[in-house]
Amino acid sequence: MTKSLGLSPMRMGRQWALGALLVLACAGNALAEENQRDPYEGFNRSMFAVNEAIDKYAAKPVAQVYDAAVPLPVKAGVGNFFGNVGDLWIGVNSALQGKFADAGVDVGRLLINSTLGIFGLFDVASELGLEKHEEDFGQTLAVWGVQDGGYLFWPFIGPRTVRDTAGFGVDSFVDPVWRVQPVPVRNSMVPLRFVDVRASLLPADKIVEEAALDKYAYIRDAYLQRRRNQIFDGRPPRLDD
Amino acid sequence: MKKIFALFFAGLVSTAALAEDAPDALVQRVTEEVLEIIRHDKDIQNGSTNKVIDLVDKKVLPHFNFQHMTALALGKEWRKATPQQQQQLTAEFKTLLVRTYSNALTSYKNQKVVYKPLKMAPSDTDVLVRTEIHQPGNKPVQLDYSLEKQDSGWKVYDVVVAGISLVTNYRDQFGQEVRNGGIDGLIASIAAKNKSLEANQKK
Repeated sequence: MTKSLGLSPMRMGRQWALGALLVLACAGNALAEENQRDPYEGFNRSMFAVNEAIDKYAAKPVAQVYDAAVPLPVKAGVGNFFGNVGDLWIGVNSALQGKFADAGVDVGRLLINSTLGIFGLFDVASELGLEKHEEDFGQTLAVWGVQDGGYLFWPFIGPRTVRDTAGFGVDSFVDPVWRVQPVPVRNSMVPLRFVDVRASLLPADKIVEEAALDKYAYIRDAYLQRRRNQIFDGRPPRLDD
Repeated sequence: MKKIFALFFAGLVSTAALAEDAPDALVQRVTEEVLEIIRHDKDIQNGSTNKVIDLVDKKVLPHFNFQHMTALALGKEWRKATPQQQQQLTAEFKTLLVRTYSNALTSYKNQKVVYKPLKMAPSDTDVLVRTEIHQPGNKPVQLDYSLEKQDSGWKVYDVVVAGISLVTNYRDQFGQEVRNGGIDGLIASIAAKNKSLEANQKK
């Protein structure tokens, strides 16, 4: 549960363009019983079904094999490595949101873990008390006052609001992993990270399956609550009931 | 004389209950008790649903207010339900929550719970107790409890994991069921869900 619901990093430029067209096409036939936070529910539910199939027959089985076959220290090393790579961009976003002390911690983490932590394989910084933050460009946009624009569900990358889809585009554009040379190394790192993230979500699968009356709605509402919590750095103002 | 003695005794018990635990102390005491039992119970570690539900039933549930939880999950429809519907719905929702989230306890492996300092005025009757689950190689997970003060002590009415309320996350799903089949329809679908979970478990 520690990693994001559906923050599986994959850049799917063309699919997005296609998806955006479909969104526009579906926006016309809004449902009678419309959920304000989910104006594209019809489109989302069909993409959700597509993603469920991809997950069932490809992503999840691969993640399960990875989870069972790879020894824990290696898995931890892989998670730490990609976490370390991400800390620089997290630091930039902390700074963009005006949280300069946090940004200092993020950069400090990167320096410590890249050296003492042997290229980020060990998260020494956390043990030294430099806590990891969760930031991305979607959160920065939210702090800047951009509205979320409604909920979307994408194949591969999962739930994103319109704002977070744009944020994710920027995150992916600056993502160092996509710029790794030579290309064959990059081409194994990108799927490895995807599998690592998916594997870390395996324990949550069972809970969602058991707890949800409607899996689609359960995941949507969990995503929206979790994002709100991230945007307010774990201290969201109370909503009235 | 007997009456006076009984009164005195009742008074003693109730002040004891009131003085018993501050909300944060209560959360800490119950959490540590439960984790201690799990650490020494091989059956639970191996995923025994019945045993972990037993444990939760005995140690955790007395400190929960499921009626409030169910009302919160349902939102404004709650007041339109009859007392009998409220009771049935609470019972079914309780079964669902206990079963699904007790199972999560079976995967407990040496994670450490850190209790955050509580900001609370003496007159407060509704507080948020914050904890964090720390595990090596992972970002800590926020685990917060909303508690309200009642005559019988502090009761939990919401559990929030990484910002996700396990209770209000049902709001839209419940609303959807009520639109389709009324309160009775909602009760029936949760009951059906509980039945299928129980059937799967027996396999």
